[in-house]
Order: sequence, then structure tokens, then C-alpha cells
Amino acid sequence: MSNTYDPVEVTPLHADEVARAQADALAAVAAARDLDDLKQARLAHAGDRSPIALANREIGALPPAARAEAGKRIGAARKAIGEALAARQAELEAERDARVLIEETVDVTLPWDHAPRGARHPLTTLQERIADAFVAMGYEVAEGPELEGEWFNFDALNIAPDHPARSDHDTFFVESVDSGKVLRTQTSPVQIRALLSRPLPVYVVSPGKTFRTDELDATHTPVFHQVEGLAVDKGLTMAHLKGTLDRFAEVMFGAGITTRFRPHYFPFTEPSAELDLRCFVCRGSSAVPGNPPCRTCKSEGWIEWGGCGMVNPRVLIACGADPAVYSGFAFGMGVERTLMFRHNAEDMRDMVEGDVRFTLPFGMEV
Amino acid sequence: MKVPLSWLREYVDLPAVTAQEVADRLTAAGLKLEAIHSHGHEIKNIVVGRVLEIEELTGFKKPIRHCRVEVGEATPREIVCGATNFSEGAVVPVALPGAVLPGGFEIGSRKTYGRLSDGMICSEAELGVAESSPGILLLPQDTPIGADVVELLGLRDDVLELEVATDRGYALSIRGVAREAATAFGVPFRDPAAIETPDGDGESWPASIGDPTACDRFVLRSATGFDPAAESPLWMRVRLARAGMRSVSLAVDVTNYVMLELGQPLHAFDRSRLSGPIVVRRARPGETLETLDHVVRTLHQEDILITDDSGPISMAGTMGGLHTEISETSTDIVIEAAHFSATGIARESRRHNLVSEASKRFERGVDRELPLAASWRAVRLLAELGGAVADPGVTHAQVDVAPVRITIPAGHPDRVAGVTYGRETVIRRLEQVGCVVTEGAAASPQSGGPSGGQGVAATGVLASGDLAGKLTVQGEDLITVTPPSWRPDLTDPNDLAEEVIRLEGYDRIPSVLPPAPAGGGLTEEQRQRRRVGRALAHAGYVEVLAYPFMGPRDLDNLLLPEQDPRRRTTRLVNPLSEDEPYMRTTLLPGLLKTLVRNVGRGFADVALFESGLVYRPAPDAPATAPILPVDHRPSEEDLAAIESALPRQPFRVAVVLAGEFHRSGWWGEGRQATWADAVEAARTVARAAGVELAVRADRHEPWHPGRCAALTVPDPETGEQVLAGHAGELHPRVIEAYGLPPRTCAMELELSLLRPAGPVQTPPVSAYPVATQDVALTVPAATPVAEVAAALREGAGGLLESIRLFDVYTGPQVGEGNKSLAYTLRFRAPDRTLTAEETTAARDAAVALAAERTGAHLRGA
Repeated sequence: MSNTYDPVEVTPLHADEVARAQADALAAVAAARDLDDLKQARLAHAGDRSPIALANREIGALPPAARAEAGKRIGAARKAIGEALAARQAELEAERDARVLIEETVDVTLPWDHAPRGARHPLTTLQERIADAFVAMGYEVAEGPELEGEWFNFDALNIAPDHPARSDHDTFFVESVDSGKVLRTQTSPVQIRALLSRPLPVYVVSPGKTFRTDELDATHTPVFHQVEGLAVDKGLTMAHLKGTLDRFAEVMFGAGITTRFRPHYFPFTEPSAELDLRCFVCRGSSAVPGNPPCRTCKSEGWIEWGGCGMVNPRVLIACGADPAVYSGFAFGMGVERTLMFRHNAEDMRDMVEGDVRFTLPFGMEV
Repeated sequence: MKVPLSWLREYVDLPAVTAQEVADRLTAAGLKLEAIHSHGHEIKNIVVGRVLEIEELTGFKKPIRHCRVEVGEATPREIVCGATNFSEGAVVPVALPGAVLPGGFEIGSRKTYGRLSDGMICSEAELGVAESSPGILLLPQDTPIGADVVELLGLRDDVLELEVATDRGYALSIRGVAREAATAFGVPFRDPAAIETPDGDGESWPASIGDPTACDRFVLRSATGFDPAAESPLWMRVRLARAGMRSVSLAVDVTNYVMLELGQPLHAFDRSRLSGPIVVRRARPGETLETLDHVVRTLHQEDILITDDSGPISMAGTMGGLHTEISETSTDIVIEAAHFSATGIARESRRHNLVSEASKRFERGVDRELPLAASWRAVRLLAELGGAVADPGVTHAQVDVAPVRITIPAGHPDRVAGVTYGRETVIRRLEQVGCVVTEGAAASPQSGGPSGGQGVAATGVLASGDLAGKLTVQGEDLITVTPPSWRPDLTDPNDLAEEVIRLEGYDRIPSVLPPAPAGGGLTEEQRQRRRVGRALAHAGYVEVLAYPFMGPRDLDNLLLPEQDPRRRTTRLVNPLSEDEPYMRTTLLPGLLKTLVRNVGRGFADVALFESGLVYRPAPDAPATAPILPVDHRPSEEDLAAIESALPRQPFRVAVVLAGEFHRSGWWGEGRQATWADAVEAARTVARAAGVELAVRADRHEPWHPGRCAALTVPDPETGEQVLAGHAGELHPRVIEAYGLPPRTCAMELELSLLRPAGPVQTPPVSAYPVATQDVALTVPAATPVAEVAAALREGAGGLLESIRLFDVYTGPQVGEGNKSLAYTLRFRAPDRTLTAEETTAARDAAVALAAERTGAHLRGA
């Protein structure tokens, strides 16, 4: 320390001065009753014009030997003040939050349903989900007209004009019974369109609207939806059909679903099968005599889900595909029935009437 | 088909299994169980008794008898009975005390009419074998006394109701089901049709086939001296009832019984009513026939008829004529058993709306080899049960038919199923079906040689020419298969594969996922439709799927002018309702009716949407779509001929809304649905579709002429605006006609026209500061805002980032007939901070163009 420097200039750096400034600062911080007070205290005791800041600026005027010690002293004081400020800041903020945010409390259980609520029809979203299941297996979604040529709906599918299978279809005729135009009774004509318009191999799924002259009741509707699948490739077998439908059933109804093929007749497939699902309500137990009956499967233990089979070579020939090279499988399910099983919908009339109470709970996806 | 198990067991040695187990096996073989009807399982303690003594009790309102009845016990029983159709010595069923009758009705010992009644003498109705019966069931005198009646009469039985697919006519018989059951259980089958028929001399009645395309076998046999009073025995009536047929008379019951057992429909003629030789032919113009149901039917010239000198006497395989019907006096009976064209009978049955047990079997396929045996079985039964003499002579007219032969590689079923069955199994299974299998290829792959024709049209359509060649499966180790006569459905290689796979069990087929093909995912259109549906649902609309039908009233309710293309409809021949015979040309009728339904159910605030096809026939479309051949791929021209006859079926989306769109609540007043919501719904659709929508005022039914917007979108190729739909408030008269809430609004857009130009181009995102300028413009009140905004946007040039209308004002300050539009214009440059001069210059340019285009002037300027 040297006496050659102006003592006035260094007064702020005296230990007691620093200590006093620090004490003043800590007192002011402690005395601050709210965040505004503390802001003032911060300005007065830690701001640019605060004693401690002024003192800091004087360090440069000290002889080099004295700088370190003074610097250390000032630094310690600033640190103490800073810590006190931060601590008090936290304290005061907590106090304020506890007070103000409580005052701002609202009733969060109040409703806010001013905007209209919409939903998509579950038959639409179910068709999308079905399509997605097959798109994930590499299929594409094919489409066709609903008012269809009779040739596409029947003849090309090997449903001969006088075969009893054709009268089973309860067809809506268009313009006249021999106009060659019908409302399609099934989505199967899309198979023909796909085979005629796409290069082989073909893997398509085709959900859509279909029509038969049934009376509307709980389990029938004259306008309904089907999903059709078709795969034509080299070397496809019934085992592939089964594998595909087992996978599909699992995607729709969850793992552990049991399927069954049962011989049946469809003109456009040979061999043909009906696809049954083990009843998911009674798990088949109701079919055993003595057990309680089951409404879902009518105590049969199984539910008819759809039809399927190996594409009849005659269908391939009508579309110009060579059955000696290509084989294929096809399947079709009722979308309404699928909705009934998957979502416990008991009455098809609800699906066609458009009552918003039916549709709203289904939201955007099923 | 209802199959009593007791009947089935006559021809197949089924193991001791439950009806359910039999049904499970048959279901697995393709005869699906519909229901099991159980009969008589609860019945017990009914025995055969002989009435020893009858004492008529007097003093009661009706005759009452006190009987002593021997029932095979030490002492006879005393029984009170109200029936009088029996005498002493009669053999009758007796329910002993403790007996249970059908329906769980218990019999006890009780005192009645002053006497003890220790049981009950039973009628057929009480035993559950008839709906009603006039008196006590009288059993044959030689029936053992004390025997169990349930066993004796076969009252305890299970009936399997099976669903029979349309190609398997043979399974509409006990014979066919028994064969399947025998194969399913691996037990012997006794063919009920394996009947020795006599080589009788002479014809039973002269007959010939006049049209070999109608009938290829016609057999007549006769029974004479029949007792018309003879009744059908109880066992036969029980079986007929269990199989679902009503007992009529012995002669008719016999024909039905044989049909159920063998599958051959039979017809019985009263011989005395026939006149001259019978000819099977098609109808002639103007011919009529009064059928059994007393309806005089005008015959179509394709109808297949049985005729004699008097003209038609029966509609083949469909329904007999009244004149030659068996009556209460018929003693000489001619039985007809024939093989008719499957398609011929199918058409005849459809034409006359006559579905009979016979027609059902003929159109599904009847065994061509049955008529001789079945007719003999029938006349034998008439002899045994009705005292007739069976004439050993037979009339047998037929057309030569070559057998069907199908050559396949023995491994074909394996390749279809994806299972290795092996040659032995394939041949064994085909033989179980009844096929004859020989080694090697047949001379001709599909049908027989030139010696015989194909016979009448069958259920299975035989391939010929090119088609036969294309269906042939080439390969090693060929076998030639001749299907049995009862399987006309077996015509193609895959039919044979199905038989093998089915009998081996579909459950044997493994589950194998094929390798995934390289799919392209959903198309742009498919994605767009999903986005649109989601966007509307998120915007508050509930989707409906209305029936796509409408009627002339809808066209009027919508106020459509005479020339409106939406009046050009496609009409259904057989609509659900005569009120709605048209296919919709707009989505609105269905939506509006659904809206009314919801309002009627107490939902006043409704917003609905639907998307789907509308059907728009072209004015010059051909009336008919051709039916093309199926033995080869049609030409593009032929396919185009079908397409041109079909209506255009564009995909549309529409909304309807009424009541509050934004709901009132504790937060304050809500907002009624307005024309603006309908237009905004269109914008929502367009945004989801990735297309920019332009809006202009229009007049278009069914909208309010002052609140109707035409919606246009750019054509992606030409860039020109194309009309895609309309939105706004509905015309008040439309609202009234449909009974809609006031101010109901609607929007309809043809989504097929909303085609994005291509992938979205990334916009520049400038980090330089924005410069904002507000302008207030005064324009004549009728000026569309869209035109002002468009002019401002164009005039402002490339520096304009966005434009927003924040106020519309009308009032004294802007003068009568004017409105003030206040816009915020935001400017920004990609590469620099804009100067005030630049911004102002851009704003001035915007205002100048607006002024030029719309007469706008700056407010206060």
C-alpha cells in the first residue's frame, strides 16, 4: 500500500466502507416488502450507480499491489449482495404467486362447448380402417361405379343369367330389366374392373356401397356396404387366402380371434368358403348344450363374417388373364355386420337414419 | 332342408353321437346347420293299450266314457275319456300316471266326472305329431300291448335344418345328406335309390319328348286300383311334418315322401283325366293352364309343359294343372318322374312367381339317373299303402347324353389348396363323391365324344370350344374324372379340387401370408376424400349416409326449373318406394330429410354432411349396356359401349345446417347458422382438398336468390375457373316444402372437380420486418368484397404478404348506398427491410387498382 495516491479517490475501497455498503445493501434487500421494493433495492445497491459498483470502478486507480486485495473484497461483497437479491426475489415471487394466482382461480369444470361438434360416420371410417389394413399388406384401393353394367356385376363373375345365384341377389334394375344396367349387388364387379385395368399381379381391396331390394330392419338394409378383396398372382393358394384373412381378422378384432373356413358356393370363386369368426361374446360356449344361450351368435358359437374363395378360372378368362399362369383369391365382407360385431351396434336402422346421437360418439376414427 | 336324424340313420350307420356332432360334421362338409329342432325328448311313460270295456257315462253335457284299458300290467287301468271314435278292442296310446306329453304336460291320476281316471288315452295332437286331431289315435290291431309309444312311433327325433348352397341340388334329399354324412364319419352308405326296377312290358302311358332342350328324360309309371280313402300312415305323416311338409292325401304324400328321400320331384296324374299321348314341349302362343292353386295362367312360349291331346296339363317341375290333379275319387294314378332343364325351370318359376319344392330342386340340379327308380319307389308305396297294383310297365322317353369327363393332373387339388394331399387321397376323395376316376387323359378334355349331346341345361354350365380349352389344366400325372349323375355342378377342374379340399377338411389348410406386393398406397383422390371428411367433421358437421334415392317431389321441392340437368334422372324399375324411384342427382334431398328427422327428434341445432356419388345420365346415352361374352377378354370398344350407357357418377360433398352453429351458453349468446357458414364449409372443403376456391354471387335453385354463392375452382390444366358448386341460405319456399327450420343453409360441391395443380410449392419465409398499412375504402354497397380484395391484392404487387378485411361499415359517414371496407395490408420483402416510401407506394398502387376496378376511393381522401 502506498501513500502517494489521493486518499479521497480510494475511500470507497476501504474495508469498512465496503462492509458498510454491503450491510446497507443486505438491509435494503431484507426490507423489501414486494417485488417493486426489491427492484428499487437492486437499482440502489447493485445497479450501475450503487456504492459497490462505484467502488469497483476505482480499483483501476489503485496501485497494482493493492488491486488484488481490493478486488477480492469488492467481489465478495457483490456476490453476497447478488445472492441476497436472488434469494429475496425467489421469496417474493413465491409470495406473489401464492397470492395473485390464487386470486385468479377459475372453475375449470365450466363447459366450453360453444363450437359445434362433428363426427364421421362409422361406416366410412370403418371402410378406411379396413382399407388401411390391406394397404399395409401392399394392396391398393380400387373403385368402381355404383350403377354398374350387368355384365360386370353378374356375367363376368360367372353368375349365369338363369343360375339361382342370380335371383338370390334381389337386384335393383335400372330403367328396364333388360337395360344391362343394375345397381351393383356386391362390390365384386370391382374385381373385374381391376383385372381389366391393371397389369398383373393385382392386389386390390375395394370398399363401397352395394344395393339389394331387402326391407330395412334391424339386420338388413337395402343400401349397404361391402369390402371386396382380390389377389391375382402366380402361385397363390387357399393357404394364402387363409393367411390373409386371419391377419385381417386380427387387425380388425384383436389378437386371439379364431376363424373358420366352411365350404360354400359362390359362382365367382371355386373352391369357395364362408369365413366364420368364433363368437367374441360367448367364445363358442353357447353352442354346447346346457350352457346359457348367446344372442350375438344365436348360440351357434360362430358368426358369419364373409365369403371367400379361389378366383374361378372362368372369371380370369373373362378378364383375359390366363389361369394356367395366374391364380388368385377373393373375399368379401359386410361392413355393417363388421361394425355390429366390432362395436356392439345392434340395429342397422341406426346406421342409415342419420341420427346425430348415433354418429357423434364415433368421432374421427373407429 | 330339414333332415330328421331317424330318416338319415336309415341309410347311413352313424355312430352314437349327438345331433350337434352330426351337424358339426355336415357343416364342415358344406351343409351348414341353421337349427336343430328337437322333438319328443321330454315325452315319457306312454304305452300301447287295448280298450277292454267302455261304459258310457250319462248326465254330462258331452259324451264321456269310462274305459278299462289293458296296458301290459297285472291289472287294467281305469281311464275317463271324452272321445268317441274308438270301440272296445281298439288299440290306443295311453299316457300312464307320471307320463309327460309334448310341451311338458304331466299326466296324473285324478278323479273326474265322478270316476277315477288313471291315465289318458291320447290323440295325435296330444302326442305332438299333428296340429289338431278329431279323436283318439287308433293303432293297428297287431301292435304289441304295453310297448313304448315313443319308440314305436318314432316320436323322439332331432331334425337338422341345413342350408343348402344353390349349386348342390343333391343335398335337398335324405339321400344326398346321407352320402355326405357317411363320408364325414367314414361309415357305409346305403343308397336309397339303389332299387331293383322291373323289366316290365309295355308303356304305362304313351309319352314323348317334343323338345330335347326342355327335357332329356321323361318317365311315367302307373298304379291302378288305388283306394282313394286310404290314409297316409302315421310314420309317413310324422316324417313329412318333421321335414316341413304338410300331409295332403296318401297319393300326394307318397310323391312328396319320395322327393324328400331321393331328391326326385314327382307328379301324380289322375289317369282317367288324361286324354291321348303326353308330349313334353314348350308352350304355344295363347295357351293357358289352370294350376292346382286355381289360378288360370297365361303361358309364355318358353314355358316347359306336359301336354296331352287336351293341351297343357302341367307346368313342368313347377306346378300341376287342376284338371288332372289327384282327387278324392282317383283310383288310377300315373306318376311322372323327369329330368328338366335347370335354367328352363328357373325361368319358368321366376316368370310365374311360382317357387315350389320341385322347382327349387330342378333349378339346383336333379340326378338324371333317378326317374326310373324314384317312380318305381312311388308306385310301390301306392301299392303297399293304398292297395293299388303297381304296373311293371314303364314309359321311358330320353335323349342320349354323353357323360361329362374332366381331365386334371392328380396334383391339381394340392396346388389349389397349398396342401400336399397326394394322389391316393385325391382319387379316394373323388370316388367318395361318386366320381369314376381313370388314369390318363380323356380323348376330349371336358365333355364326351360326339355320340351324345350335352342334355338339358344344368346347374353347372359346361364349357365348350375355346373356354373349355382355356379351363383345361395341363400337367403331369393326368387323371380323368367322370362326375356322378347327381353332381351336374361338377364341370371344371377347380370343382374337383374343391371336393377334395372340402372332404379333407378346410381346417387342414394352413394359414400362410403371401409375400407383400409393392403397393402404391392410397391415391391422391382417396387421400383427398379422407381429408375433406375429417375437415368437415372437425368444423362441426356430422356425417350421414342417406339412401341415394329421390323422387319427383324432391325435384319440385328444390324448385328445379324444367331444363335443370338435375331433373335428368335414372329411374329404378323396382324402387323401394314409388315415391323415390330416381337415383339422386344431388346430395341435398337425403341430407335435408335427415336434418328434418333430427330436428323432429329434438335436435334443433344440426349441421350435417354427406359425401358420395350422384348419378347424372347423359342425354344421349345408349339405353342399354351390352352383355358381353365371358370366354375372352372383351375389346376396349365393347367395354366402352358399357361405360357409355352408364350415367356419369361424380363424387360430391354437401352440408346442411340449421339452428345455432355456435351455441349459446354461460359465456353469452351463440350464433345462428348463416349463409356464411355454408360458404365457409366450401372453403373448408377446398382447403382440405388443396384447392383455392373463388366465390361470386349467383342465382341457383334451391338457394335464396340473394344469398347464394357460386363456387368456382381453377382447372389445373387451363387455369380457368370452373363452376364446382353452390352455397348459401336455402330459398324460403324450399324450406317450407321440406318443413325445415327457418334460414336453413346448404352447400354442395363436386369434389371430383377439386383437383390440386400439383405439390404445394414452398413459400419464401422472410425474416425481415413487416410493414403494415391500413386503408379504408368507400365503395358502392353492391360491390362484391371479393372483387375489391382481388384488386387490392393485384395492385399491391409482390411485396404484399397478406390482406385482411377488419371492418365493414355502412352509415351516414360514408353516404347513402355506399359501404366502407377497412383492410390491413402487410408488406414484407424477402431480402431487405422495406422503406416507408416503398410500402406507401405499394399501398397506393393497391388503392389505385381498386379504384379503377371497383370505383373505390380512400375514405376521407
